[in-house]
Amino acid sequence: MAKQIFDGIKVADFSWVGVGPQIARELAEHGATVVRVECHKYPDTLRTLPPFKDWQSGIDRSAFGMAFNTNKYGLSVDLNTPKGREVGWKLCMWADVVTDGMVPGTMAKWGLDYESCKKIKPDIIYYSTCQMGQKGPYSKFGGYGMVGTAYGGYSHLLGWPDKDPLSLFNNYSDFIAPWYLTCAVILALLHRRKTGKGIYLDQSQVEAGVTFLAPVMLDYIVNGRIANRMGNRDPYMAPHGVYPCLGDDRWVAIAVSSEEEWEDFCCVVGNPEWTKDPRFTTFLGRKENEEELDRLIGEWTKDFTAEQIMTLMQDAGVPAGVVETAEDLFNDPQLKHREHFRFLEHKAIGRHAYNAPAYRLSKTPNHIWKAGPCLGEDNEYVYKEILGYTDDEIADMLVEGVITTETDMPEALRQG
Amino acid sequence: MEHTLLGGYRVLDLTDERGLMCGKILGDLGADVIQIEPPGGSPARNIGPFYHDIPHPEKSLYWFWTALHKRGITLNLETADGREIFKRLVKNADFVIESFEPGYMASLGLGYEELERINPRIIMTSITPFGQTGPYAHYKTTDIVGVSLGGMSRIYGDPGMPPNRISAPQFYFLGGIHGALGSVVAHYYRELTGEGQHVDVSCQQAVVLSLMMAAEFWDMVKVNYKGVGPGLGLSGIYFTRQIFPCKDGYVFLLWGGGATTAFVASARGVVEMANRDGMILDFKDFPWVEFDMQRILFDVEAQKTVDRFIEEVSEFFRTKTKQELFEEAIEKSILLIPVSDARDVVESPQLAARGFWETVEHPELGEAITYPGFPIKMGDIPYRVQRRAPLIGEHNEDIYVKELGFSKEKLVLLKTRGVI
Repeated sequence: MAKQIFDGIKVADFSWVGVGPQIARELAEHGATVVRVECHKYPDTLRTLPPFKDWQSGIDRSAFGMAFNTNKYGLSVDLNTPKGREVGWKLCMWADVVTDGMVPGTMAKWGLDYESCKKIKPDIIYYSTCQMGQKGPYSKFGGYGMVGTAYGGYSHLLGWPDKDPLSLFNNYSDFIAPWYLTCAVILALLHRRKTGKGIYLDQSQVEAGVTFLAPVMLDYIVNGRIANRMGNRDPYMAPHGVYPCLGDDRWVAIAVSSEEEWEDFCCVVGNPEWTKDPRFTTFLGRKENEEELDRLIGEWTKDFTAEQIMTLMQDAGVPAGVVETAEDLFNDPQLKHREHFRFLEHKAIGRHAYNAPAYRLSKTPNHIWKAGPCLGEDNEYVYKEILGYTDDEIADMLVEGVITTETDMPEALRQG
Repeated sequence: MEHTLLGGYRVLDLTDERGLMCGKILGDLGADVIQIEPPGGSPARNIGPFYHDIPHPEKSLYWFWTALHKRGITLNLETADGREIFKRLVKNADFVIESFEPGYMASLGLGYEELERINPRIIMTSITPFGQTGPYAHYKTTDIVGVSLGGMSRIYGDPGMPPNRISAPQFYFLGGIHGALGSVVAHYYRELTGEGQHVDVSCQQAVVLSLMMAAEFWDMVKVNYKGVGPGLGLSGIYFTRQIFPCKDGYVFLLWGGGATTAFVASARGVVEMANRDGMILDFKDFPWVEFDMQRILFDVEAQKTVDRFIEEVSEFFRTKTKQELFEEAIEKSILLIPVSDARDVVESPQLAARGFWETVEHPELGEAITYPGFPIKMGDIPYRVQRRAPLIGEHNEDIYVKELGFSKEKLVLLKTRGVI
């Protein structure tokens, strides 16, 4: 394997669930050595959630539990035991970067917080990421991204104006926050090279989400306007929406953003009478009669497949795209061209898919070689090679429950 | 300048709406970002909302946000003089960010190969909807088309209704932040080796990366996740509500049964809270841990139990305000939170306590405006807004006269020929 960008960088990954692990994964996919610290007694939430291979649950059977952990070494240890904390401490002292994604105060309880690490290792780079940030009246709120997106203004902006706001199934801010933090961690590594100084990074995931709604926030701050959800409407375009197509629950998105595109759009739909209706010949007219316009377009789209409409519109220079399902994504010719889905063999669930980054580097492409680890999969390597424990010490820790195994799992996880 | 992570590094930002967020984030981290606009100004200046609803190119709030920190110059790359000036700027730059249609920069003689010859350390980041090559590379798009092709619309919405997009554009913001990430990864390599490279970003992939495990769901069990309204579930198979109306708005509650400890604790917490008021009594001591949510998939009776729980929770929440529920939720570690609108976010005591908001002077408007800040506190490296977004050509003199040494007369010549 060619030399990778972060070769030699060592990461002790104590984070879990959605955000923290993605930062460490990004470093791991570019060559960093990352040890993912987990415990059978308190498994990562994502290991307990579907999709499980064949719908059969199990601590190593969820693709969700694996997705953010490529190229990492899996370690099991109970940090609630004194010896376990010693293991955690040794890892911190080994690492260049320590990660924390727990409810504020958890790492301090174990003596593994930034202040403790810094005393012995002043140049440590340490990040904490959680919903609300480390300080403030709600900092102890240990939520998930779905909760944070509701608090950060997203749910209110999703759905139809006359109906309930909607949940963001994908915990959306969990997929904004990591990239801010990864940038900061990488630059902190360079900062350390220059100055010898470490750094503590304290992230609020809610705030990360708010930065992607900034124009909405500024509209309130400056104009006093409280934006509302508007279905698929756009304040500056018409027609603009998602239209029904041939097939079962198939849809296409169409957005006409200029007069030129409107003319091209009319050509594609075959210049029927309604396109010459005075209600639709001007932009203001289309905006005022949007509901009727959408209905008429829907009448036309329903006789074609979403793929056909996308091609027809795009050939004429009108923005349109299939509303892709997950299955569509796997068959999408553009994503195939970009080699977006990459497959790795996993010990418990076999060959399965992992996302590639959205950026391609011309000289130093990233590389994945190891599927997300089974819990404790690399205990032998980490305890012996990285931390220098002897066979006897390891045997003792197994007996004492410091190194956890499947027998330590909560009852609910053992039924499968 | 030593006090920021990217202090002293220069970014030449040629992007419009499609890539502005990338340079904005590099500016957050301290980079010296020069926004290069065509004469007359960037088309992104026409994107609303606008300051006091005045549709003017120097009053776009979208622009205020995405061009924050940046200095602004005008330059016409379609003229030979413009290209020569750009090449001179590249000599002393560290990053070039562009979001033109694939091939456009090369057609001007400004592709990565050319820029690399001028400055081997240069990192060129190209942000486009679908990437530089491939069957969709030249497709036209907007936010809704982009997030639909990236799979995001499909996972939002109500059953039987059209899938939804978030009613605020996300597609190019996602591309922009992944552009910043790719740029920073390449920067690390450059600092080690002296070598720059080309970073080719696809906004579509950036969307796919934000679907959580929707793709994994298909890959593992051949189910397409589709939006089921104000909750979670599989359309027509099972549904658990998460967003509930309350006395004065909506709250979000994450709850469940089975092995996910935090969800179980939330369900129990809400029941306890309601029991005090004599409500949801039939779920007192309910065996949540044994009530694996996966069972609902195959068990009509289990769904009935869920429906009853939802109904009783709804009834209870209608007797309480957002704040009453939230205060108790924090205390008892229940995953319940108010559904906020823009005002709630701006007035959040938590964001205020973190010092999230920044005051930015707008001398041209005669006032200061509050902006969202940066979501990471970075120890003794402070976050600073370098300056408000530039007016059109505001820094032409800074760059062309003070830095490149053009005389004011030459500046006039360039202006009359439409170069700047």
